[in-house]
Amino acid sequence: MYIIIVGGGKIGYFLARQLLEDQHEVLIVERAADKAAQITEDLGEIVMVGDGCEASTMERAGMARADMAIALTGDDEDNLVVCQVAKHKFSVPFTIAMINNPKNQRIFKMLGINATISSTSVILAHIEQELPSHPMIPLLTLKGGGLEIVELKIPPESQVVGKPIKQILLPQKSLITLIIGPDGQVRLPTSDTVIHAGDEVVAVTMLDSEESLRSALIGAPSLRAF
Amino acid sequence: MAVALDARRNVMRVIIMGCGRRGAALATLLDGEGHDVTVLDVEAAAFSFLPDSFAGTEIVGNGTDEDSLRRAGIEQADAFVSTTRGDNRNVMAAQMAKHIFGVSRVITLVHDPIREEMYRSLGFRTVSPTRIIAESLKEAILADGRGEEPGEAQAGSEG
Repeated sequence: MYIIIVGGGKIGYFLARQLLEDQHEVLIVERAADKAAQITEDLGEIVMVGDGCEASTMERAGMARADMAIALTGDDEDNLVVCQVAKHKFSVPFTIAMINNPKNQRIFKMLGINATISSTSVILAHIEQELPSHPMIPLLTLKGGGLEIVELKIPPESQVVGKPIKQILLPQKSLITLIIGPDGQVRLPTSDTVIHAGDEVVAVTMLDSEESLRSALIGAPSLRAF
Repeated sequence: MAVALDARRNVMRVIIMGCGRRGAALATLLDGEGHDVTVLDVEAAAFSFLPDSFAGTEIVGNGTDEDSLRRAGIEQADAFVSTTRGDNRNVMAAQMAKHIFGVSRVITLVHDPIREEMYRSLGFRTVSPTRIIAESLKEAILADGRGEEPGEAQAGSEG
């Protein structure tokens, strides 16, 4: 795939390195020349200096043939516009935006950004998971906001402890995709896999089924507003 | 009396994001005509562009932040205008005003003509200072070429 990353900060750099290892074609667009030079020194000629929000820069970057655009700058408004211009002007099929203010997740979803990642939300949810209300951690939003990957920790008092997955009534279009035991051991679940207390369950779900999935696996109602 | 009543009926609640020269000039115009104006800027110092006579509300806050928009009264606003120097800030705030808060009249400055065209095609009322200035400069040059008066009144409109 041809993947364009806008923003050559730490996340952009490590993501590009990983994607290159996976044999993808990668271009980083970075405004600061010194940062760009540093990445070029490390990863080779995969950096273009320019303002990734400018349509003319995107054109030179070959946005029209990109399979994916990923906006990783420190400013939410820039990330939004990068994804919108990529989508509407260059018909890029998949756009991902990093979000700093978790409240912006809603507007990004409404505006058709395919996936959003908010490190603030992830950290917040981790903190909240330590509290008795046991919320879910949203890991990734997919398909323009329709689907979501979430993580839940199964508390000892949950009604699903000791039950195989086939006996758990999950909401529609929800799927348990991975179970990580308290010891860190990863299990790929089948319908006979038994859930234990302390398991971290990674599941795919519809955004509006979040609450039913939560009550199916944990029971108690969420204290969070969304 | 009849005039006052008419004016009263047509009072619009307008939120202006960005109180630089442009935002302040617009706020002053609307305020002068009796509209209910709220200006929103990240820096309190920006409000010094407003005349002492300004009767509207000044709020320090970021127009791309839902909470700041609510504090500025966006839920009751008839119109929202984003006038900052940053195109991305402007279009993001405009989209929030339209899609989250359902403001009926949303107008945004977009300096980059390419982005302006795109957001216009997405249904936004956009104004491009770049295009307007280029056009008036061109007109001024051509008018001069024909030996006409340079037009003193327009010479001061530098945005």
